Amino acid sequence: MMNNFVVLPLVIPLLSGLLMALLRKNVRVQRWLSILSVLLTFTVSYHLLQTVKAEGIQILEIGGWTAPFGIVLVVDLISALLLMTTSVVSFACIIYAFKSIGAEREKFYFYSLIQFLLTGINGSFITGDLFNLYVCFEVMLLASYVLLSLGGGRVQLREGIKYIVINTLSSTFFLLGIAYLYAVVGTLNLAHLSVRVAEAGQTGLMTTIAVLFLIVFGIKAALFLFFWLPGAYSAPPAAISAIFAALLTKVGIYTIFRLYTLVFYHQPHITHTLIAVMAGLTMLLGGIGAIGQWDIRKILGYNVIIGVGFVISGLAVFTSAAVAGAIYYVIHDMVTKALLFLLGGTMISIVGTGKLKEISGLIRNHPSLGWMFFITTLALAGVPPLSGFIGKVLIIKEGLSKGVFQAGFYWLAGIGLLSSLMILYSLMKIFINGFWGETQLSKEMEKGTTQGLLFPCVFLTAVCVFLGLGAELLYPYIESASQSLIDPHSYIQAVLSEVV
Amino acid sequence: METMMAIVIGILFSIGVYLLLCQSLLRIILGISIISHATNLLIITMGGLKTGGPPLISDGFFSYTDPLPQALILTAIVINFALTAFLLVLAYRSYAVLGTENMEQLRGNDDE
Amino acid sequence: MGLKNDVILQTVTKVAVFIILAFSIHLFIGGHHNPGGGFVGGLAVVSAFTLLLLAFDLKSLRAGLIINFEILAIVGVLIAVCTGMSSLLFNEPFLNQIFGTINLPILGETEFATAVIFDTGVAFAVLGTALSIITTISEDICKWRQ
Repeated sequence: MMNNFVVLPLVIPLLSGLLMALLRKNVRVQRWLSILSVLLTFTVSYHLLQTVKAEGIQILEIGGWTAPFGIVLVVDLISALLLMTTSVVSFACIIYAFKSIGAEREKFYFYSLIQFLLTGINGSFITGDLFNLYVCFEVMLLASYVLLSLGGGRVQLREGIKYIVINTLSSTFFLLGIAYLYAVVGTLNLAHLSVRVAEAGQTGLMTTIAVLFLIVFGIKAALFLFFWLPGAYSAPPAAISAIFAALLTKVGIYTIFRLYTLVFYHQPHITHTLIAVMAGLTMLLGGIGAIGQWDIRKILGYNVIIGVGFVISGLAVFTSAAVAGAIYYVIHDMVTKALLFLLGGTMISIVGTGKLKEISGLIRNHPSLGWMFFITTLALAGVPPLSGFIGKVLIIKEGLSKGVFQAGFYWLAGIGLLSSLMILYSLMKIFINGFWGETQLSKEMEKGTTQGLLFPCVFLTAVCVFLGLGAELLYPYIESASQSLIDPHSYIQAVLSEVV
Repeated sequence: METMMAIVIGILFSIGVYLLLCQSLLRIILGISIISHATNLLIITMGGLKTGGPPLISDGFFSYTDPLPQALILTAIVINFALTAFLLVLAYRSYAVLGTENMEQLRGNDDE
Repeated sequence: MGLKNDVILQTVTKVAVFIILAFSIHLFIGGHHNPGGGFVGGLAVVSAFTLLLLAFDLKSLRAGLIINFEILAIVGVLIAVCTGMSSLLFNEPFLNQIFGTINLPILGETEFATAVIFDTGVAFAVLGTALSIITTISEDICKWRQ
């Protein structure tokens, strides 16, 4: 189905970002524009979600060039769901930034950069062409480079350089993979790639390329190759690191899902086993890192890594229900990770330090902050009525039932359960050390206020609770999204309807 | 011709990797740009080094080279241009702020 | 910066800049059917200005060009996106283009394409970005020298 609405999630943030850059001096207008743009994107994505549910996958052939020759934009259910979650999360982070980001950054194109970041993220979710995916990734990464080093403190510059060098290198590998793929099958359209790879058979060469892509997106999504993440995500201010933690790695995860369900799904005993091993190691190492740290920001950074490992283990199990669980868990993870970073950032802004040993007894003066942190902890650990539960149940149940045939999945499910325990332990460490104990700071001695910072946190907590209690409403969408991921024919049909 | 290109790409990659492993930030940036040039060469080689007219429909040519790798490379060059410019500015800023461009000294946890 | 006494460079620059600018216009207009286009045209203009910057100094370049380069870049991207968007108004796919020929008094049969507007945006964007990068860095170096 041709539909011009498909391009809007890409164009709305781009246009508003440019307009904001023109109105550099006028911060108030910039704030209103960014809220407006995010709300508009949300409305469009909701509309797209309903259209896709009712009429099937929506596509747009850019410039009127038919599918394998031109670039197509494709929205299916998983893209629409992720687009909606992205807008919700960025709404909260932008509101949080109003009070916390500071006038200097606001004047230096902060809001424009956030919009450009969203352009890249939304573009990656809706593109149906591998090279266009690279371009969208680069738009997103360039914006993130500037956001990370904006303001230029010592730590930020130091971590920024490392982050940029590592990501540039992985982008170069991305290009290498594209070049090899083009040499072997002669197309870059994802649906066409799927058809061609299925025709030619996934030979050893194709599997090698698949593993190369796994390395690339392993770096981008912090799957096993996560060494850059804790440092980079703990350097910038809370609003920026929250948006990074919630969105950047998820784009990598989405791409892994797309590529390994649509194109490279013919030799799961090689690729998906490798993915399973990487996911297991990610959860274990991330968990050990989270337990070992005593700095709030570092603990939260390692928690991002555990989440990535868990989502990818849903792909490794590779049944319809497990993929549905993974999609559900991605959405939950985007919301809760943003919430977690915002709450942690609020704690740090109150006390002025991230070192857990110097914080104690915050709950006396900030009860709502403490209880929200507690709810988030429970949600992330997977306690039933909250949002983490359903994703975990689906993935682990499927992992166990598949473990009957392959013993490897018993291990994966076991590590998944263990990782929940590690999440609970590491976050409880923050809760017990930070909120319990003697109250050392009286209201007057605090470095910052929570005024205006709590609303976005309350909003995200409400979303998180809704995701848990309202799972019944959401589940039909997620189930059909996972169906269309497991069986790529509907995607190919929609994109190549005029050719095949 | 393809063999020649393969050797050239290999040489460029080894130079790039050598520079990347240096401690000086400036050399790392140079290494990154050399590696990305090698990648561009690789793309054009992988697209097939055919003989034929430029990919613009005109009289006198019946076979054309594949335009897609060229379009890919143009985009990659633009992105790389922006990236290198930003990285250079950032390296310059961090040299001014941190007082060093030696990666070994950019390690520590002391000033957090 | 700038080599104040370099007579040869300065004299050659005064002539060469106009040749480069004329060539860049040729590249820009030829872009629809021949190699060239907004990106290359814009870069050629930048090379002319960079030559001016090397031969003279930043102050005289700024005096000659009163445009704010950052705004130029932003406006360029805006033009490009808006031309792409305008096809949505006619219910055509994003970035769709049309062209037609018009009989002009002196030039005769002339072809016009909507892609030219897009290309103008690209040229502005390239020009603005490259110039603002070059001027920012050289400004900073001037400060360092003093």
